[in-house]
Amino acid sequence: MSDNSSLRTPSQRIAWTATIVISTLVFIFLIAPILAIMPLSFSSGSYLTYPLPGVSLRWYDDFINSPRWMNSLKNSMIIGVASTLLSMVLGTLAALGLAQWKSRFKPLVLAFVLSPVVVPGVITAVGLYFFFAPIGLTGSYLGLILAHTALATPFVVITVGATLQSFDTNLARAAASLGASPLDAFRRVILPLILPGVASGALFAFATSFDEVVIVLFMAGPEQRTLPREMFSGIRENISPTITAAAVILTTVSVILLATLEGLRRRNERLKGSSA
Amino acid sequence: MALPMTAAFLTGADARTEVPLKRRLKRAERARQIKALALILPLLVFLLFTFAGPIAGMLWRSVGDREVRQVLPQTVAALADWDGKDLPDEKAYAALAGDIMAARASGTIAIAAKRLNYAQNGFRTILTSTARNLKAAPEPGTARETLGKINPAWRERATWTTIRDAGGPVTGFYLLSALDLTRNADGAIVAAPPDQAIYRDIFTRTFLISLSVTVLCLILGFPVAYLLAALPPGRSNLLMIFVLLPFWTSLLVRTCAWIVLLQSKGVVNDSLLWLGIIDEPLRLIYNRFGVCVAMTHVLLPFMILPLYSSMKAISPAYMRAAASLGAPPLTAFLRIYLPQTLPGIGAGSLLVFILALGYYITPALVGGAADQMISYFIALYTTETANWGLASALGAVLLLATILLALVYGKLVQGQQVTGGMKN
Repeated sequence: MSDNSSLRTPSQRIAWTATIVISTLVFIFLIAPILAIMPLSFSSGSYLTYPLPGVSLRWYDDFINSPRWMNSLKNSMIIGVASTLLSMVLGTLAALGLAQWKSRFKPLVLAFVLSPVVVPGVITAVGLYFFFAPIGLTGSYLGLILAHTALATPFVVITVGATLQSFDTNLARAAASLGASPLDAFRRVILPLILPGVASGALFAFATSFDEVVIVLFMAGPEQRTLPREMFSGIRENISPTITAAAVILTTVSVILLATLEGLRRRNERLKGSSA
Repeated sequence: MALPMTAAFLTGADARTEVPLKRRLKRAERARQIKALALILPLLVFLLFTFAGPIAGMLWRSVGDREVRQVLPQTVAALADWDGKDLPDEKAYAALAGDIMAARASGTIAIAAKRLNYAQNGFRTILTSTARNLKAAPEPGTARETLGKINPAWRERATWTTIRDAGGPVTGFYLLSALDLTRNADGAIVAAPPDQAIYRDIFTRTFLISLSVTVLCLILGFPVAYLLAALPPGRSNLLMIFVLLPFWTSLLVRTCAWIVLLQSKGVVNDSLLWLGIIDEPLRLIYNRFGVCVAMTHVLLPFMILPLYSSMKAISPAYMRAAASLGAPPLTAFLRIYLPQTLPGIGAGSLLVFILALGYYITPALVGGAADQMISYFIALYTTETANWGLASALGAVLLLATILLALVYGKLVQGQQVTGGMKN
């Protein structure tokens, strides 16, 4: 299947061509909307239509000079970074524990730990809204950070867990037998080995928080509005080209995250390849 | 071996050399297990506070009924031993008059009025008009007459059964409402009045939209996954970017992009007009079409990735074997290849369906009023109308559906080693 030499009959060749044509159309469907929105942010006009009347940076200027947008970018960063750090700690510890834990309850605990990914956002948001309001955590950064950490930690558990599956536990034993204290063994043997997993988990965690809007809709006060939250209102009210500038900024962040992740994956594969 | 063990056991000696290896290993293992549990515990406690607790609280709200109990405590107590066959006795009327006077003084009458109005339309007026016109506590023995004069509704049995049924502390009222059911004055479960029976339609709509999106994702995703699995790694990795980039792009950006593309002066309509295919702009957004297109775009990677990993695991040798045994390509595909992709199809479809069920943002932004899914109503009742009981009950139904489907998904994935969809 892996090359065209296996395509002997005309019907197979037709099927293969059809696959390529359909796939190309699907790729266009997937990528075109994201590409189509980008040039509009450089428009000098205020309508979101092609052809562009001219090219300008006025909408980026508008974004940078708007306290509302800049504040939302700042909030997204604060909440994203804080919940990433928190979920890295909680998720890495839990993944290390789960890798060693032998119990018939393990599948149940694992399902529970991963469930925030599957449960619809609205349900989590409504639950948190009822739960956090009486203790003053709605309309606060802390409440949003805690909520986003709950959503993001499963990704850290998954990625670190995946790294640990290929982790040779004898290395930790060897470190211990050579006199390393548990903390030393962790810091100098285990941590460097699982670091790619922790790092990609952190990227997923940050992306989760950076993109999350449902919980923010329920829990954020005007002070804590994040970039997606501001975009949500913007799309609802009327789409100004400033939103497309915001979209380009968000997409740039996504591309950086994706590229970093891909780099990590390649590095990991190379390391695996060299050790094999 | 037996002797030192007994000796150690009998003397209780603890010296390292005397404790048998087996027991020492066991002890070390137990310490390891405790350490492992201690590492998991922080996350479990954290999730209990930020996830499981809040959801349990929501579920409790879907059956809790405290408002009437809190505002009209004496009435609820007096109605506890009412047989419900005839009008309640004077005692209940006096209790109600007392409760209303107290509630008016503390300004809590609206809380009970709101709750009772859910159960019986117009109850708010009954209660507030009574509160307004009840100047002073009625003379002993005249409460029934006084209240009946203020509002004749107090002479009807149904008014009283409504109060009794809302007396809590738990109720099936909201859960029944979420399924378009209600209890009649005799306590039997019957269909809700047509003007309130909207939720089955909304659940059906949610189900249909999710199903359409799942089918669309499967139709579009299958050829792409097939192509990616068939190409050599170098090229497929490159093409994978087309799948992963949208996957990583913000949901808001993608939704916004579709609005820009599909609006009446958008790129798609402009192109079609320019090509002369249409004479006037098509209505492509703020309707079901727009919702399905945007949701398919957002969820397609969740279909492609599990499909891809299941196809990648199929050895090309099977197809070669089929061909060498004389199977025509189509037969080989249908009987050898397709069956092996079924776990991937199942996992991808379930994942897309589960995620689609809970969608809120995309339909809210690109859908019309008739395309809003169940999450929209949960949000609406929570933040706008503050009918928290009903919001929680609708949430409970959605959660139940999600959990059941997730269990099926878990079984499927566990059985087939498809890592599918967990964003990696």
